[in-house]
Order: sequence, then C-alpha cells, then structure tokens
Amino acid sequence: MAGLFSGRGFNIESLCVAETLDPNVSRITLVTSGSPAIVEQIIKQLRKLINVIKVVDLTETEFVEREMALIKVRAEANFRAEVLRIVDIFRCKVVDVSPKFYTLEVTGSAGKIEALLALLSHLGIEEIVRTGKIAITRSKK
Amino acid sequence: MKLTGARILLECLKREGVEVIFGYPGAAITDIHDQMAETKIKHILVRHEQAAVHAADAYARASGKVGVVLVTSGPGATNTVTGIATAYMDSSPVVILTGQVPTPLIGNDAFQEVDIVGITRPCTKHNYLVKDIDRLASTIKEAFYLAAAGRPGPILVDLPKDIIQGETEFKYPRKVALRGYQPHPEPHPKQIRKAFDLLLKSKQPVIYAGGGVISSEAHRELKALAEAFAIPVTTTLMGLGAFPADHDLWLGMLGMHGTYRANMAVQNCDLLVAVGARFDDRVTGKIDEFCPRAQIIHIDIDPTSIKKNVYVHVPIVADCRNALARLLELAGKEQKSRGKPLVKPSDRQPWLDQIKKWRETYPLAYEQKPDGPIKPQFVVEEIYRLTRGKAVITTEVGQNQMWAAQYYHMTRPRTFITSGGLGCMGFGLPAALGAQVAYPGKTVIDIAGDGSIQMNIQELATAVEYNLPVKVAILNNQFLGMVRQWQQLFYNKRYCATPMSCAPDFVRLAEAYGAVGFRAEKPSEVAPIIKESLKIKKPVIMDFLVEREECVYPMVPAGSSISNMLLV
Repeated sequence: MAGLFSGRGFNIESLCVAETLDPNVSRITLVTSGSPAIVEQIIKQLRKLINVIKVVDLTETEFVEREMALIKVRAEANFRAEVLRIVDIFRCKVVDVSPKFYTLEVTGSAGKIEALLALLSHLGIEEIVRTGKIAITRSKK
Repeated sequence: MKLTGARILLECLKREGVEVIFGYPGAAITDIHDQMAETKIKHILVRHEQAAVHAADAYARASGKVGVVLVTSGPGATNTVTGIATAYMDSSPVVILTGQVPTPLIGNDAFQEVDIVGITRPCTKHNYLVKDIDRLASTIKEAFYLAAAGRPGPILVDLPKDIIQGETEFKYPRKVALRGYQPHPEPHPKQIRKAFDLLLKSKQPVIYAGGGVISSEAHRELKALAEAFAIPVTTTLMGLGAFPADHDLWLGMLGMHGTYRANMAVQNCDLLVAVGARFDDRVTGKIDEFCPRAQIIHIDIDPTSIKKNVYVHVPIVADCRNALARLLELAGKEQKSRGKPLVKPSDRQPWLDQIKKWRETYPLAYEQKPDGPIKPQFVVEEIYRLTRGKAVITTEVGQNQMWAAQYYHMTRPRTFITSGGLGCMGFGLPAALGAQVAYPGKTVIDIAGDGSIQMNIQELATAVEYNLPVKVAILNNQFLGMVRQWQQLFYNKRYCATPMSCAPDFVRLAEAYGAVGFRAEKPSEVAPIIKESLKIKKPVIMDFLVEREECVYPMVPAGSSISNMLLV
C-alpha cells in the first residue's frame, strides 16, 4: 500500500495499522490530502489492491478521531513545576522521570496535541513519537 | 493422497488446462522439471527469461488462455521483470512461477536469492510467496483466477525449494473466494439507459475502442453497435483488430501517430464512446484540449481507469461485452417500437462526409520510387498484400511498430500483438514465438527494427529448436529510428546515441542459428523475398535495407493537442 502511494505520487501524512476483532483482518487508518479528483483516485486504487477488503472515506462523515504522543521534554529544576502544571491542565500523564527529562503520554484530538506541543516547545522538546490518527464513525443517534 | 509440492504444482497446472510452459531451468526448480517429464505439458526452453515472459504474454493475447512462465530464483526471476512490466501495462493474463531459496534461508542473502515479490509488487496485478505447502494448491488456483478475471494482469507466485520438495495431501479447491476482489461485470441499467439516450441524440459520434474490447471478446458487439447507430470507429494501438479495417466506418488508429481523420473526428465529435480503453497520454495529447466539445461515455471493467485523466459524463463499470450487449438490446427494442431505423442516413451523412473529406485531404502517404531506396512503409504494405491481411503480426517498438500499425490493416482481433503500454524493445521476436505456439498453422510475422531485433536475437535458437517458422522483417535503417526522428524534428538533427554503424550481417546470423536469411537492397527485391519466405517452413529473417531518415507521420508532438499534427 505504501508502494502504491509512493509509486503514484500520493501523499501519506500519517498511517496507523493493527488487527481488528477478526485476527485475519487488519485496519489501516490513513491521513492524506489532495484535490477531490486525486482523493477519488486514491480510494479507487486502494480498492483495486487484492488484499484490501473495504475502503471508507471518513472525511465528510461524523467521526471520532484520536492520536497518542509520547513526548520527552526538558525538565530541569526551574522548569519542572511548569511542566507538571501543563500536564495537569491537559490531563496527560507523566510516564518517565529523570533528572533532565520528563516523558509525557498524551491522548486526544489533533487539536489538543498540537496545543500541548506548542506550549511545551517553549520549554524544550527533546524527542517526540506520534502514533498517527485513528478514527471511528459516530453511531447514528 | 500425499504428493510432493512439485507434483501438486503440476497437477494444479493440469487442472487449469495448461498445455505449454515457457521457461528456463535452474537449481531452485530442478524438482519441478523432474516431474514435468511425466506430464503432457510441453516445455519451451527459451534462451533468456525475459523472452519466456514475452512469449507467454503473446501466447495469452493470441489464444485467450492464461500464459505460463517457469523460471528459477535470483537472476532467473529478475530477468523476468521487464516482461512482467510489459504484461502489466497491457493487462495481459500471465502466471509467472519463480523458484526461491528454501524458507529458512529467505532474508539471509542466500545464493540466487532475491525478493522478487518486493521487486514486482508495483508491476504485477498481485503476487504471492508460498510459505506453507498446504496453501500451494489454493494459491495456484487463485493465481489463475486473478490473472484472467476482471482486468487481466500478470500474477507472480514465488515457490521456495523446501515447499516444492515438501509433501502433503493434495486437495484442489473447487472455487476461489477473495474478499478483497469482486469484479463488476454487469453494467448498471440506469447508466446504460443514459448512454443509450446520448447515442440517440448525438449528431457527430465517435467510438474509441481499446484493448479491453479484445480481452472481452466483444468485437462482434462493437461492430453491431457501430452499424446500428452508424458511428465511425477508431481504436488504440492495443485495439487494432477489434474493428475491421476494411469497414466503411473505420477511421484508422488515433493518437500520437494516428491518422489525420481519426484525430480530427475525435476532436470534433459531440459524443465519444470509450470502450475498453484508458485515455492514455499517447491518445489524448494535451489533456485539457482533448475532445473539447463532447459528452463522454466510458465503459471499462476497471473503476480506477474511469475519470483518472478525463472527465466522464456517463461512466459504466462493466465488462465491455456485457455493456455493449445491453445497449444493443435497448437498440433492438427501440427500433422495433419505432418501426424504422434508429438513425436516418441523412442525419449521419454530413458527419461521414466531413470525415471523408479529412481522409482525402491528408491520407496516410509515402512515395516509393522504383529506383530509389526501399521505403519502410512499402515493406509493410507488401507484407500486407502478399499475406492478404491474414497473418498474425507482432512488432518491436519504435518506427517499425508505428508503420506496422498504420499499414497492416487488421480485420480480426488477436492478430496484432505489440508492446503498447510499456513500449518494450525486444518484445517482437519472442512474442512471435508465443503466437506461433498458439496458432501452429498460421503465418506469424515480427516486424522489427535493427535495434530492437538485437535485444532478444538469441531466441532464433528457440525458433529453430522447436521449428516455429516465424518470419522476421527487419526494417533496417542503421538507426534507432524513433529517437532519431525526435532528434531530427526537435533537437536540430543532433544524432547522439542513435546511429548504429555496427550491426551483424543478419543473413549470416540467421544461417548461423540454422534459420534462413534474405536481404533486399532494392524495391524490386522486396516482393520476391517475402513470397519466398512465406513458402519456407522454417524461421526466416528478411533484412530490408530501408531509407535511413524516414519519419513516421502524422505525428502529434509530445504535450501538444491532437489537433496539431505534423503531417509532412
């Protein structure tokens, strides 16, 4: 699938894969961008792959999206309290502590993660690992 | 009953109706060859694995069956890649079986190991690495199904040696059920109705048919539809033969080297009916100036081809034959209820007259002086005349290919076999061998250039060994002609890397292989050599020394609209 995207010049912004309830079936959540014609081509080309069972475009639908990030942030003496205050405000967690760094775990919408990163960047982000978005449709009310 | 992997494989091939395999042996597949001797399958030993794939591909295009290739691991497999890409671009049903190192050694940089599944992922319709002998039979069955279903394409199956040598109970699955692949052969009735209404209203329609009409065996339906509505027909290079070239409604091939009247008709039509074609850039020229005032109906089995390049007003995802048949049914009903023909001759006549005028203004033309150098177009026309248009033609790539397409007038499908999508030089000779195996009684002629023929010249040995009496017509201009033409027209005649001053004496080369060779240097020698060659029941090379700087016309310069043709 990655070969399909690179071969045809489509863009992968993020990609997340794992098993579903059926261990023979995996679910891939992929974020891409392009004109409507390009997006239509992407969907059709994905459907053409023999191993792809179904392709759903969530963009225009109602859906819940989440992403997780692990952020290693500088936390030397004078910053430590500030970091912990931000952790509190964003309701994320500290999962690792060392004299120089805190590692934070945050889960939420893209907006929440971007906001957290913006604040933390003033303090000094050492390393960051993101999962990429996963999404699921909202059920009909 | 327990069988070895090799036996299982051959049993599967037998059940799929395989009668011939094109291949080349090696360490990884010795067990398969050992067992093959006990089957009725004929193995054609080529002299390069690329040729095995081209031959199997042409065998498939000629016969309508799935072509089969068997090669060994490592270099055997990598040598097939060009052939696989050729089949992929032209949607040809071929199953390529490659040997592989034993499963414990995979990923270990073992002797003659390559990740052929990874290498061919972008140029196969699908591929498999069999890691479990219990999945071998179902994988082979799936491979044959996928090769031919929906839009056909090459399927590669990588067979590790320990799987081939292993043993298990043989059970051949009765059917194939793939969750991820559900082709859609029947058209949606609403779309058919919409298309039909457009057909009734159109004043200046054109049918643009491609290779899909031939794979779908829809040539009769195409002719019936064209006649029912009096619609002129053009085809792509891949569609030549889908519509008879001697029919009144024939426009000639369209596109970069298509006829003047075909390109003009497409650019001026009010309705374009695209059937089994994909709006390739050789056909459309500058996309935003392509077919400016027409509504477009597009019938294709592959949804990704529809609206990929060109906006389509009535998309119809279906097998061409089914879609055309449904349209014909509607036409029959409508005609019955009206009690008179669907199209008044006077309605269509102005359009047909205009097309006739275009044809008379700029017909395909060249001048053969009796004492001048041989013109390559003359050679093709003489071949056409002396075979009465009944030969099976394969081509190489370049000027030779274009002149063959322009001057050999195909009337039946599966008789013009050429590398369209990939444009692979070296295709023609092995393809002629594959076509000859498919049609043992017919005359098969490879129209070649002096450059292309040398790319797989070693297959002359295959031709002689299996007595495949193909005829090779070399249009020998001592140039890589098509590139030279571009250098002449667009690069101020700076002929770099195109002149070929050294070439073998093709007559002696043919004889060295045990074939027959002739040379013509004057126009008067052309017909006698062709006549003589057609009588000889052995492979023949005809070396025609032709005019060196002849160009293929018409030509649409790359990036130009197809209305802007260079005509002389």
